[in-house]
Amino acid sequence: MVSPAYLIGAGAAVGAVLRYATNQYVDGVAARRRFPYGTFTVNVVGSFVLALVTFLGAGTDVLYLIGTGACGSYTTFSSFSVDTVRLWETGDRLLAGWYAAANFLGALGGIGLAFGVSTL
Amino acid sequence: MTRTMAARLRTLEVVFLVAIGGFAGANMRHVLSIVVPGLGGTFAANVLGCLALGFLVYEAELVGILAEKTGFVAATGFLSSFTTYSTFALEAVQSPTLTAVGYVGATYVCGFAAVLVGRRLARSLEGSA
Repeated sequence: MVSPAYLIGAGAAVGAVLRYATNQYVDGVAARRRFPYGTFTVNVVGSFVLALVTFLGAGTDVLYLIGTGACGSYTTFSSFSVDTVRLWETGDRLLAGWYAAANFLGALGGIGLAFGVSTL
Repeated sequence: MTRTMAARLRTLEVVFLVAIGGFAGANMRHVLSIVVPGLGGTFAANVLGCLALGFLVYEAELVGILAEKTGFVAATGFLSSFTTYSTFALEAVQSPTLTAVGYVGATYVCGFAAVLVGRRLARSLEGSA
């Protein structure tokens, strides 16, 4: 029996570094785009993975490691909020609204896909 | 040669700083979810995280007292792991429709407002610094 703190922490350390790496990569590819594709990508992909392990009925330890730890840390609400506020205050209000909606719609799509995959 | 070595060490340092921050941030979110069970725990983590990140981001721009390394540990590591979008989205999907609409609306509104409060705190610091 491993303490939840180590499972969550180990998953989170990996998730946080993967988020940083994803952001570096995506922001490099989508440079000069106003839409924050990096944070959008981690939020959609992380929601898909969290939903998948949940729907597949993973045990407590796996949920701590992959769910609370890795996916919880891979995705981020704070960066998403700051991104949205920044778009809004720089005058891109339509894009800010679309970004806020797109994150949720993307996450919903990821969760729906995970549900479909889990029933295969 | 020495330069690439220095660049590699620098990358390694950033990875460690982000990982350590992430380790602590996710555990803090877990502790909060035990203290405040259900949707409230995720809501509290997300809103508090937005407040703190709003402050840190604007502090870096307006005042600049905190070092870049602090940003890697605190913002990229700790706060981005303390807050979560995946749990938020999955909880919303698994809630009854009316609860889900209220939960998503409240988290979005309070999260954005918290960023603005953080920005105001950073600006007041700029005035006194």
